Amino acid sequence: MKKTPERLLLAHGSGGRLTHELVTGTFLPALENPILSSLSDAAILPELPPGRPALTTDGFVVDPPVFAGGDLGYLSVCGTVNDLAVAGARPLWLTWALILEEGADGDLISTCAEGTARAAAEAGIQIVAGDTKVVPRGKGDRIYAVTAGLGVVPPGREISDTRIENGDLVIASGPLGDHGATIMATRHGLDTGELTSDCAPVSGLIESVFEAGIDIHSMHDPTRGGVLTVCNEVADRSGKRIILTETSIPFRPQVRAVCEVLGLEILGLACEGRVLAWVPGGQAERALEAFRKHPAGREAAIFARVESSTDGEIPVVMETEVGSTRPLDMLSGTDLPRIC
Amino acid sequence: MSEAPELRDPKTIAGLIREIATVSEGVGRKVTLMEVCGTHTHAVAAAGLRQMLPPGVRLISGPGCPVCVTPVDFLDRALALADLDATTVCTFGDLMRVPSSLSSLEKAHATGKPIEIVYSPRDALLLARENPDRRVVFLGIGFETTAPTIAAAVAEAEADGVDNFLILPGNKVMPPPMRALVEDRELKVDGFLLPGHVSVLTGWECFRFLAEDYGVPGAVVGFSPADVMRGVADLLRQVRSDKAEITNLYSRVVSSQGNQVAARLVDHYFEPVATSWRGFGEIPDSGLGLRSRFAHRDASRIEVELPSPHEPLGCACGDVLRGVIDPPECALFGTACQPATPVGACMVSSEGTCAAWYRHERLTGATK
Repeated sequence: MKKTPERLLLAHGSGGRLTHELVTGTFLPALENPILSSLSDAAILPELPPGRPALTTDGFVVDPPVFAGGDLGYLSVCGTVNDLAVAGARPLWLTWALILEEGADGDLISTCAEGTARAAAEAGIQIVAGDTKVVPRGKGDRIYAVTAGLGVVPPGREISDTRIENGDLVIASGPLGDHGATIMATRHGLDTGELTSDCAPVSGLIESVFEAGIDIHSMHDPTRGGVLTVCNEVADRSGKRIILTETSIPFRPQVRAVCEVLGLEILGLACEGRVLAWVPGGQAERALEAFRKHPAGREAAIFARVESSTDGEIPVVMETEVGSTRPLDMLSGTDLPRIC
Repeated sequence: MSEAPELRDPKTIAGLIREIATVSEGVGRKVTLMEVCGTHTHAVAAAGLRQMLPPGVRLISGPGCPVCVTPVDFLDRALALADLDATTVCTFGDLMRVPSSLSSLEKAHATGKPIEIVYSPRDALLLARENPDRRVVFLGIGFETTAPTIAAAVAEAEADGVDNFLILPGNKVMPPPMRALVEDRELKVDGFLLPGHVSVLTGWECFRFLAEDYGVPGAVVGFSPADVMRGVADLLRQVRSDKAEITNLYSRVVSSQGNQVAARLVDHYFEPVATSWRGFGEIPDSGLGLRSRFAHRDASRIEVELPSPHEPLGCACGDVLRGVIDPPECALFGTACQPATPVGACMVSSEGTCAAWYRHERLTGATK
């Protein structure tokens, strides 16, 4: 029995019968679990496992909402789960609210609901509360999602930029920029060929690295602003200098090509299923091995090192493939394609 | 899509650096070489090539960034057009943040002015088709490389009778400002790295006057580190042996005559006109204006009220564009003027000399 409407009406957000049909016909069948299905005003959760609770929230407005390798729903769960995971937390429960535009395509909503369910299953979390609002046509762009995520940092685990030390090495869990390049290419009508978004939950991968006994000092997911933003923020918070080696940074040739065509800064491209991990130099090879053992980390690579920072030095630099050194700054404004 | 790996190979580059050092010693004085293409500016900075050159070689950037050389009154006019009833202004994204006399396209857009970023003139034409009740003005900036696509959009609008599609002509051509540069007494350029992309369109012969009339050598080069370094080595050898020729080191895509089909298309709709360049002032025959029989597509003929043109106080973009100073010599560079808060046009575009220096060439926190 397929109950998803062909086109969203304002009444689907009114709280009346149509809202009920949308929830029970589309969202519940996809996301079903006992806590959500109770449809109570608030989700009553089991007691938390030992450790410190971690809470995060995120909004998702990606254009296009469906792209090679994912959709806005899938992305919303991955993005939230990953924020918890890179903080060292084991993700447990998410809330999921949709803001839909009047006239939005019902198939799009189904696709995003299914994407959400798929990501939840992959990450081993439950969507325990939700909400749906509909705004008049022209006041939104088809579909937005807002999430909150709750997880627990197990006892004894401490992930923080302040733990980063001289001599730490930085591992990327896989090729960088696939997500950003896929989105930008799709937006500009370029054929993405075999290129797909890297969008995926990284919680399983991270747990497997912890299980291998690696003392990860800090972790981040390079989403908006990419490696440039993460490394600059980490350098700022840790007071250390980060030196990237251009030839070691994993990029797919298709991602380089998209950047060439659109004039984008490749290091500023977003990922939605990658981790950058700062690990002690002495454990780096073992950590790399642990990453590569997991299916989501097969193409992991060590691409940067940490040194002490002296006053006046640019905090993040890259040793280029031709043997020079150049500073790496955060992006300013939107990364707009060049014109010639 | 991908280029030959040897063009980025560290061993190849190291070999070229050694060769450049040897020739530079042979010259026995400081040699100034200029590139005049935004993509070269960006490529040189991104690969950190300048720091690899010996002290006897100074590599500077000229007026190669289309956004940077666009004078402030062009932006004033664009903003005035966006103020008119039922008029949408379409622009390449790079122009959005360039300061006008009183504002910028980006600031005007934030107040709700109908300004749209497009990625090609055809996108603007499409917008005109979809909105027959609005006048859609495309801001035509760029060099020889963008002119054919603009001409093609005009051709399509003519053929299909899309009467609400107009151009604000601001296109420029490269050879005339290079003549101005070699005649500039303040500046001594010993050789030019000639623009690879432009040369695909124009062919390399149009640069012969540099060598024949002024005794200044030139080398057409591509954009990989090895391409640029080969060009530097070639120019240095010419300087050492007191030769002046135009060499084509980018023959994998550049011919002597260029793309004649594109040239004819541009020529059908556009004619050479005197135009103003930031830093240079007016240069004869350096711009492309719409021919009078296409006056109905020429947005520069629309009467608008313009503020008196006003460049930001203290901004030295003009001197940077002529290669008279390097960006760090500007008092605003890295302090008041940064990529996030650009004062001058050269800090806005990623091809701008100041933005490229800021992003890629500062190795200490102090920007001076």
